[in-house]
Amino acid sequence: MSTQAHKTSPWEAVTRFGRSIAVPLGAVVLALVIGAIIIQASGASAWKAYEALARGAFGNAHGWQRTLEKTTPLIFSGLAVAFAFKAGLFNIGAQGQLLFGAITAAWVGFAVHGMPPGIHAAVALTAGAVAGGLYGALPGALKTYTGAHEVITTIMLNYIAMGFTDYLANGPLKDTTPGNIVARTPQILESARLPTWGWLPFGFLLAIVASAFAWWLLQRTTLGFEIRTVGQNPHAARYAGMKVARTIILTMVISALFAGIGGAVETQGVVGRYEPGFNANLGFDGITVALLGKTDPFGVIPAALLLGAMRAGSNQMQFKAHVAQEITDVVQALMLFFVAADMIVRWLLRMRAAEEGEKITLSTGWGSH
Amino acid sequence: MSEMALEVRNIVKRFPGVLANDHVNFSLRKGEVHALLGENGAGKTTLMNIIYGLYHPDEGDIFVDGQKVTIDSPHDAIRLGIGMVHQHFMLVPVFTVAENLILGAEPTKGWSLDLAAARKAVRRLSEQYGLEVDPDAVVEDLPVGVQQRVEILKALYREAKVLVLDEPTAVLTPQEVEELFVIMRQLTERGVSIIFITHKLKEVLAIADHITVMRRGKVVGTTTPAETSEQGLAAMMVGREVVLQVEKAPAQPADVVLEVRDLHVEDERGLLAVDGVNLEVRAGEILGVAGVQGNGQTELVEAITGLRHIRGGKVLLGGQAVPPRAPRFLIEHGMGHIPEDRQKHGLVLSYTIADNLVLCTYYKPPFAKGMQRNQAAVVENARRLVEQFDVRTPSIFTTAGSLSGGNQQKVIVAREFSRPLKLLVANQPTRGLDVGSIEYIHKRIIQMRDQGAAVLLVSAELDEIMSLADRIAVMYHGKIVAVLEAGKATRTELGLLMAGSQAAQPEAVQA
Repeated sequence: MSTQAHKTSPWEAVTRFGRSIAVPLGAVVLALVIGAIIIQASGASAWKAYEALARGAFGNAHGWQRTLEKTTPLIFSGLAVAFAFKAGLFNIGAQGQLLFGAITAAWVGFAVHGMPPGIHAAVALTAGAVAGGLYGALPGALKTYTGAHEVITTIMLNYIAMGFTDYLANGPLKDTTPGNIVARTPQILESARLPTWGWLPFGFLLAIVASAFAWWLLQRTTLGFEIRTVGQNPHAARYAGMKVARTIILTMVISALFAGIGGAVETQGVVGRYEPGFNANLGFDGITVALLGKTDPFGVIPAALLLGAMRAGSNQMQFKAHVAQEITDVVQALMLFFVAADMIVRWLLRMRAAEEGEKITLSTGWGSH
Repeated sequence: MSEMALEVRNIVKRFPGVLANDHVNFSLRKGEVHALLGENGAGKTTLMNIIYGLYHPDEGDIFVDGQKVTIDSPHDAIRLGIGMVHQHFMLVPVFTVAENLILGAEPTKGWSLDLAAARKAVRRLSEQYGLEVDPDAVVEDLPVGVQQRVEILKALYREAKVLVLDEPTAVLTPQEVEELFVIMRQLTERGVSIIFITHKLKEVLAIADHITVMRRGKVVGTTTPAETSEQGLAAMMVGREVVLQVEKAPAQPADVVLEVRDLHVEDERGLLAVDGVNLEVRAGEILGVAGVQGNGQTELVEAITGLRHIRGGKVLLGGQAVPPRAPRFLIEHGMGHIPEDRQKHGLVLSYTIADNLVLCTYYKPPFAKGMQRNQAAVVENARRLVEQFDVRTPSIFTTAGSLSGGNQQKVIVAREFSRPLKLLVANQPTRGLDVGSIEYIHKRIIQMRDQGAAVLLVSAELDEIMSLADRIAVMYHGKIVAVLEAGKATRTELGLLMAGSQAAQPEAVQA
């Protein structure tokens, strides 16, 4: 991606765009086809299953609302992973950062009283973002000061986050309503809730704005230029006098901020409290979303929408076509597989190997910074 | 039996937007050294990759020993007796010569490697072709010239009858080049035919039997050393008359700009690569640092330009101590740096030319207003510099990675020279470039000197040092072993100093 608007003909722009989305699109189609074969083999009708899935996701206003609610945190976690990618960092830790965002927003949401509605919600959101961001600073600092690879540290930090938030939800922050035996926080106050207008959740709009902000930051600011330079060529970044260490930490913080907001939005817009089960895998799915969206801030939106729709419609699929919900997980896993193993799709589409710039480098080598 | 070891006829190879080989004809007689000469992007490498099976030609035929063949992979090429010695050696540094030799074609005894057979093969080939190499030496301990011999042996072990040498002299001292030429002669006497790819005109005239010159994908002509001269070859390559001798007025040295005091720097392995170097470069002069690659020049330059940790000593710019590892401080205080490895340090290959041209100044007005980048100013800057520095590109939005080496270097030079400079540090500024680009960059460096900048020029090309520098410092094993007035230094003298034969001279000379 270059920063300037290319002076190319419209047709060229269209074909370039077509080429860039060919692989993710091919991966999706391929995954759906294999999913259909599996459904058919299990004795159900694939056509019926997919129809029920689509109806469940987009069939009525309620379906749309559910789809967008499922989509929203995925956009945020996808953004988190995609953003870090631009600096050559593989942030596997979106899950942990999202959990801290979710529980912090919940805490501010139920523990702080007497704030006007809008303000309370904003404060809770901000607190969630900051908590996630700070948790992301950790692997960034570990990488720059000790050389510890972010893939390893973020995986480990995920476990710490899971354990710690579980402890909080089961201990100091536990919902003490008589009769409650579940590990969860109390309900957040109404003033901390994010609204839903008709079928349109506020959080979804926030996610779109966040995508636009990420794009602007990366493509239009000096910080974005530094981030991308560090990602493309850290040697050249150092040569140019950029502060590589600072850039890496800052990138991790911003990336984790997105994940943190994702958790906060889930708490304030959907769940209404922190309850561990609701946030499981939202961060990990961000990796799928980011790759499917070609690590582009706008690309994660359709990618998240696709996954969100599958989640939202899978209930209906089970109910109407008697196909286990888990098939959507299989399809999702297949998508990720075909995006990662893009040579398979390229071969099917008779495409050349990836060109420089079209390519997504999964992670820079061990200790390459 | 044919008189021709290898022949290609009417080879055409198209890449998107480029005709890399345009009906190329080329014949290699048995037992000759045939030089292939041309600027970067002229199509030499494409042609060699076709011969070695890495590319498939769109049109045309290849004949080996008079037989028409198709070469689909390096395997086919090796089977047909074609061997390639790449510019960057493909050796495993921690293996011995014998182990490297058999890599990929290991002789076995049952399940185990038959190293004895490998050793024997090294000795046999050494004797047969007159190539002295110890089969049990570990490759990383060997001098570059000997490593190259191992590469040649590797090809011979695979029974190569046609040997392609890709820029083989780029990494050698003048003395090692002489030795290589002797080896090449011995090989041809024993029936091996050699394609010698280079851009050094002197060498072509010294060793080649025939010379084929390529330009823009086409063969311009084939000639012999007797029929041509350096001037003639250069003109054929570039398509116009070229000034080979750099014209420059005597230096007018003024105040000291760069001062290096007792500098100690380590390499990646923690070994002392720069060992107590003292240097002074004055405004309006070019100090050339000569030396065989790998004698600490890289580390010296990286330490001076703030890219590498300094273990001991000081660097002063305009009398002011330079803080450690602070490239931006140096850039803002008037340093320009043409880095040794343009693709590693000098450019972000996936970025547009426009973005690369503001790589060091992107955060300053007019290229940024606060945090926001100013695209219009970036574009305007690129248009001006591309024009001014004659960067050949379809657009300023072309990625740097798709430019030829010469044009990539011009982008770097344009960027560095677009700021007011007090000090220019140029490390191997013309490595791998064509005659036209070299001429251009040399002119620009001298211009910079004449405008009053201090220039520190590091080059492994003795010709470059001798024609540009006003004073020459010779670096050997991390030390400056001598500093000579450029006018008084002779090639032989410098060659000997570079080889360390006078290393017993006074240590740490003040440059």
